[in-house]
Amino acid sequence: MTQKKILIADDEPNIVVSLEYLLQREGYAVSIARDGQQALDAIAREAPDLVLLDVMMPIKSGFEVCASVRSDAALAHTRILMLSAKGRDTDLVKGMALGADDYMTKPFATRELVARVAELLAKERP
Amino acid sequence: MKRSDPRLIAAIALAGLVMALWLVLMSAIVWSTLGASEREAVGQVLAGRIALVFVGWVLGLIAVAAVLRVLHQRYVGAPHRLLEEARVVLAARRPQQLKPRGTREMQALAVAVNELAAQRDRLRADMDAQVTQASERVQQEKDRLAALMAELHQSVVVCNHAGRILLYNQRARQAFRALSQGPQLAGGAELLGIGRSIYAALERQVLAHAFERIQQAVAKGDARPTAQFVTAVAGGQLLRVQVAAVRASQGVLGRSTEVTGFVLMLDNVTESVAEESARDQLLHGLTEGSRASLANIQAAVDMLGYPDIEPAMRERFLGVVREEVASMGKRVTDLAQRSAQRLKTRWPLEDMLGADFAAAAQRQLGARCGCPVTLDAIDPVLWLKVDSYTLLQALTYLGTRLVDEFEVRFLQLRLARAGAHAQLDLVWGGQAMSNETVMSWEMDAMRFGTERTPLSVRDVVERHGGEMWFERERVRHQALFRFLLPLASSQPAPGSLAAADLPSRPEFYDFDLFQSMEEGRELEDRPLAELAYTVFDTETTGLNPSGGDAIIQIGAARIVNGKLLRQETFDQLVNPGRSISAESIPIHGISQHMVEGQPGIGEVLPVFHAFAHDTVLVAHNAAFDMKFLQLQEEATGTVFRQPVLDTLLLSAVVHPHQESHRLEAIAERFNVAVLGRHTALGDALVTAEIWLRLIPLLAEQGIHTLRQAREAAQKTYYARLKY
Repeated sequence: MTQKKILIADDEPNIVVSLEYLLQREGYAVSIARDGQQALDAIAREAPDLVLLDVMMPIKSGFEVCASVRSDAALAHTRILMLSAKGRDTDLVKGMALGADDYMTKPFATRELVARVAELLAKERP
Repeated sequence: MKRSDPRLIAAIALAGLVMALWLVLMSAIVWSTLGASEREAVGQVLAGRIALVFVGWVLGLIAVAAVLRVLHQRYVGAPHRLLEEARVVLAARRPQQLKPRGTREMQALAVAVNELAAQRDRLRADMDAQVTQASERVQQEKDRLAALMAELHQSVVVCNHAGRILLYNQRARQAFRALSQGPQLAGGAELLGIGRSIYAALERQVLAHAFERIQQAVAKGDARPTAQFVTAVAGGQLLRVQVAAVRASQGVLGRSTEVTGFVLMLDNVTESVAEESARDQLLHGLTEGSRASLANIQAAVDMLGYPDIEPAMRERFLGVVREEVASMGKRVTDLAQRSAQRLKTRWPLEDMLGADFAAAAQRQLGARCGCPVTLDAIDPVLWLKVDSYTLLQALTYLGTRLVDEFEVRFLQLRLARAGAHAQLDLVWGGQAMSNETVMSWEMDAMRFGTERTPLSVRDVVERHGGEMWFERERVRHQALFRFLLPLASSQPAPGSLAAADLPSRPEFYDFDLFQSMEEGRELEDRPLAELAYTVFDTETTGLNPSGGDAIIQIGAARIVNGKLLRQETFDQLVNPGRSISAESIPIHGISQHMVEGQPGIGEVLPVFHAFAHDTVLVAHNAAFDMKFLQLQEEATGTVFRQPVLDTLLLSAVVHPHQESHRLEAIAERFNVAVLGRHTALGDALVTAEIWLRLIPLLAEQGIHTLRQAREAAQKTYYARLKY
């Protein structure tokens, strides 16, 4: 089985460093994007299997990135796990409505994150 | 001596004539029976005694006259006197009695009249007592109301259904003074005044929307309909306005569904809203910022838990933890310092039945977008918590852009419950749009034609603490904007708002003022007594406006509903920007140093214009003052389009035979006390008093409307020109 590719899109270096370390330990190929536009470019370029997408990012928000990805049929296989410090349930509903596969509110347990990532990658996207 | 009644003289003359004729007739009859010799004998006998016959006739006549005179006095003179006395009794304001005299019948008549008069006097005394009592009660009620209003910390304004202000309290006046563009100039009197339109002070559409909602609620049987909103007014201040309906009374049975006016309670929430949004940001920073920090810490700590971690990575994760802990500590300290702040104020969201909102949205969208709007799957029992005005704006804005830019042919609204929220969809068929377009529609300030608002759709959504996004429904070939909106906290059952626990209306005041004053007729054809007037006067540096003379003082007072409002006046010195000639100073008493530091005409005129808004201008020798105002039109951009009436010309209409129509002369004729003559405000007040006295005199001449008054004034004007 080939190594799965994961893109971490977050503008906070302090979370990126941990997530990168964690996911690499879990055996994934990890790349990083620091804002919404970088994230879109990286998704188009590298076609990652899964994107950890932060909602609050400069240039383009996670919602916009999510909507763009879902409007592109070529990227239909991309799984999106949204991470957000926005705790309101309206954000969650919006994220899921815009096509995110899962949504986690910060803070979260890394073990939970790893489990959800594995679960998403195990499923085929329709 | 009293002049004799000509009827008596005629009667006596007639009697004399009849006696003479009788004598001649008898003589002729006797004569005709005589033979020729007898005739000669009788002729001889009578010839010498003809004077005796004449004397006999005169004596007889005197006797008849004496009898006639007695009869006349008794049967004509006495009734006549009685009549005059009865007339006096009729006109008397105090009880008065007739003296019985003359024949028995006449005396009886006098007694009967006296009884009638006594009855009338009793009734009148009764009525007077009742009127006094009633007006005392009204006065008491008014005093109580005034006291109550003065006690209130809120500004209260009452207006009729057309938006005309009928009542306001001191605090409202203060509030509007703070809002006024030129507070030092008119003290807010140009915004708030009896008879003024509330729409001049508050944004028309927001207010009209609130009024309309209340009227609909009343029509549906809501017992206590209210609406509230926050609106931005002059100078970026925010007012929170609560509106309640005033309804016509239907006697003891209850209240009618006719709304005759509105009570507005105003609160300046500028500061609290600013505070609120600062606090919101803080809170937001604390919650979301803390979540992010906590996430960073937790992830780092989780990593540190791995036993096989390299020292360099270990140090990095420890660094993350230290940094995030420090930043969280700082955030909490910041908040603690600044959170010792006061009450929570929000944009007021009101409970509204979702179906009502959908119906309102359907109406407004249909009217503004010009395409059919249908309702589909509207949950009939859902209660929303919304600022309906801005939310309708947002829907309308999106709808118009869809129609204008994507040629959408029909729109649909859906409303359903979605967990703890309501989900309102604006749906259309056909073309979808790019995410960029959606983004810009969401973030741009909303515009309606030439009208701009400072708000974007996003702001409206934020205000509701909701969300909004664009979605496609591929199966149905439809696209939609979905709004997540808050639900009303407790879902009131429809109809439970009808509370029976309040008396049908407040007891402390009788709002008879609510009769609409004007609507429906052209200004020109409205009665003079009903119009609102701004009576004004100017003092100037001299008499030659085109020659460079300028206004140095404007004074004005308002007349509304036939009453001079002395508490709502305009009194302002104006710096003419040139020297005041020494010879004019004794006339107006305004010297150079008094106008220094005063605002120029460019500042004063717009405020005066606002003060005179919606009224008819009145001035004495108005042409003179208007000339000065008109010469400033170009420089100040302030144009007075109101109709103008001139008390000088109208005085000439009423009293064409008087020599002088100077202000002092007319004031003397009408017994108007002249105070502060030759200050602008003093003259304006005198002119106003004169105008109030002219209105009924004009009416006597058949001049009732503004049009008639202007035509009459024009006629005299030309008449005067001819001489």
